[in-house]
Amino acid sequence: MRIVVENVAKTFIDSKREVTALQNINFAIEEQEFVVLVGPSGCGKSTLLNIVGGLMSPTDGLVYFEGTNQKQPNLAIVFQEIALFPWRNVFENVVYGLEEQGASKQEIQEKGQHYIDMVGLNGFEKAYPKQLSGGMKQRAGIARALSVEPDLLLMDEPFSALDAQTRTLMQEELLTIWNRTKLSTLYVTHNIQEAVYLADRVIVLSRHPGTIKEIIRIDMPKTGRDSEQNREQFEKYSNQIWDLIRHDAQEALLEG
Amino acid sequence: MMTEPRQTITNRVAFLEQRIPKYASVLGITGLLLLWEIICRLNIVPPLFLPAPSAILTDAWEMIATGELFKNLFASLYRVGIGYALGAVLGIVIGLILGFSRWTDAIVTPIVYSIYPIPKIALLPLIILWLGIGEMPKVTIIALGVFFPVVINTFSGVKNVDPILIKAAVTFGSSHANVIRKVILPGSLPMIFAGLKLAAGTSLLLLVSAEMIAAQQGIGAMVLHYGNLMITTKLMVGVLLLSLLGLLFNRGLQWLENKLLPWK
Ligand SMILES: Nc1ncnc2c1ncn2[C@@H]1O[C@H](COP(=O)(O)OP(=O)(O)OP(=O)(O)O)[C@@H](O)[C@H]1O
Ligand SMILES: [Mg+2]
Repeated sequence: MRIVVENVAKTFIDSKREVTALQNINFAIEEQEFVVLVGPSGCGKSTLLNIVGGLMSPTDGLVYFEGTNQKQPNLAIVFQEIALFPWRNVFENVVYGLEEQGASKQEIQEKGQHYIDMVGLNGFEKAYPKQLSGGMKQRAGIARALSVEPDLLLMDEPFSALDAQTRTLMQEELLTIWNRTKLSTLYVTHNIQEAVYLADRVIVLSRHPGTIKEIIRIDMPKTGRDSEQNREQFEKYSNQIWDLIRHDAQEALLEG
Repeated sequence: MMTEPRQTITNRVAFLEQRIPKYASVLGITGLLLLWEIICRLNIVPPLFLPAPSAILTDAWEMIATGELFKNLFASLYRVGIGYALGAVLGIVIGLILGFSRWTDAIVTPIVYSIYPIPKIALLPLIILWLGIGEMPKVTIIALGVFFPVVINTFSGVKNVDPILIKAAVTFGSSHANVIRKVILPGSLPMIFAGLKLAAGTSLLLLVSAEMIAAQQGIGAMVLHYGNLMITTKLMVGVLLLSLLGLLFNRGLQWLENKLLPWK
C-alpha cells in the first residue's frame, strides 16, 4: 500500500492577508518507506503533515492510499505536543487506538504490553503522564501510535522538546523499532542530521510558498549511519541539504 | 594541627517543607471551644447573647431525644439533596451541550449570563406564586442556585480542553460520541468539580434563606423559630449543625474528586 500526495496546495486566508503555505506538492510514500520532511521554520511542514493526517483540508489537490484491497487504511500520529491523555495511565494511553478499533480484551492486553515493552516503559504501566519525564512521555506517545499497527505513521518533530542526549538515544531507539516494524512513515523535522540518520528519502521544502525543492534519496545502510566509516557520506548528505535550506533559513530568520 | 574555622550551610527554606502533625488542626478547634466555654463560665458575656458550648450540647442532646433535631435535619437534607442533584445534573448536561455546539452556545450563553447575577433568593416570591407553597419552590430555588455555577464551570471546562487531545482521539479512530465521553468529559471534570464545590456553599445559603422565609420545618425554620423565642442555645444548635453540614458536604465532594481524578 502506498500513499500519494497529489498537487496539494494550502492557502490560509486571514481577514487581512492570504498566506500560501503549500503549493504544488507531489510525492508518494512507498510501502515500508521512511520519508523525512525538512525545511526552514514556517515552510509548511506541519501544515502538510496535518493534511496527510486528515486533520486539515487542503485548498487544492488530494491525498489518497493506493492498493488498499478494500481494507480501511488506518493512520497514527505522534504529535509534537505529545498529546497523551492526562487522565489515562501509560497503559490506557497506549491502548487507546486499539480500544477504538474494537479490539478484544485479550488483544488489548497483549499488544499493549508488547509495545510498552518495545519502547522500554515496562514497570510504568500504571503511571500517569504527569509522573513521567519528557522522554518517557514521548515514548508512550510512540507506543500509542505503534500499537494500532498503522498503514501510515506520521511524526511531527517528536523529539524537538528533548535535550540533546535524550534526543540521540531516542533516535537510535526509533531506528531499532522501525527496523522491527517497517511502517511507512512520514517524519517532520528541522534537524538535518536527524533527517540523514533516519530517512530513506528526504524531502526538502522551500518557503514562501512552500514547494518541494528537492527529494534526496539517502543511499546508505539503515543501520550504523553514524559510524566512523560512513562519516564522510553522512557529511556529504548533510551539507547538500544544508546548502538547499541555508538561503531560506536566513530569510526566515530576518523576517523573524 | 589547627582546624580551620567552619561555617556549615543549612537549608534556609526548610520552612517551605515543614511537616505539621495531624493533631494541629484539631488543636485549633478545641482551643476555640475551650476559650468559648471559659468566657461563658466566667460570665463575661450573658448566656442569652452567647450560650456556652456545654449548654448547647445539652440542648442538642435533648432535641435529639425528642426527635425534633432529626425531623428538621431530614427536612433540610431532603430539600438540599434533591435541589442540588437536580441543579448539578442539569448544569453538567447543559454545560456540555453549550461547550460542544456553537449554535446553542451563541443562543443560550447570553441568557445564562444575564440570569446568573440575580441573587436567586429574590426569585422566591415569584416561584412560590408559580409553584405554590409546598416543597417545590424551595427545591427549585436551590436547583437554580446550583445550576448556574455548575453550568458556567462545565462550559468553560469544555472550552479549555486542549484541542490537540481531540485531534489525537479522532486520529486514533474515536467517534463523536467517544470524543465527548473519553476526552471532553474527563478533560472538563476538574472545572466541573470546582463548580460543584462553589455550588455547595450556595445551596446551603439558599436552603436556609428559603426555609426562613417559607417553611414549617427545616434547620432554617428552626433557627428562626428559636430566634423569635430568644432561646439562643437551641438557635446555636441549628447554627452549629449548619457548620457541620457544610463541612461534611465539602469533604464529601473532595473525597469524590480524589476518587474520580487520581491523575490530578
Ligand atoms: N491556522 C493558520 N492560519 C494562518 N496561517 C497559518 C496557519 N497555520 C500555519 N499558517 C502559516 O502557514 C505557514 C506554514 O506553517 P507551518 O506551521 O506548517 O510551518 P512549519 O514548517 O511547521 O514551521 P515550524 O518548523 O516552525 O514548525 C506559516 O507561514 C504560517 O504562518
Ligand atoms: Mg511545525
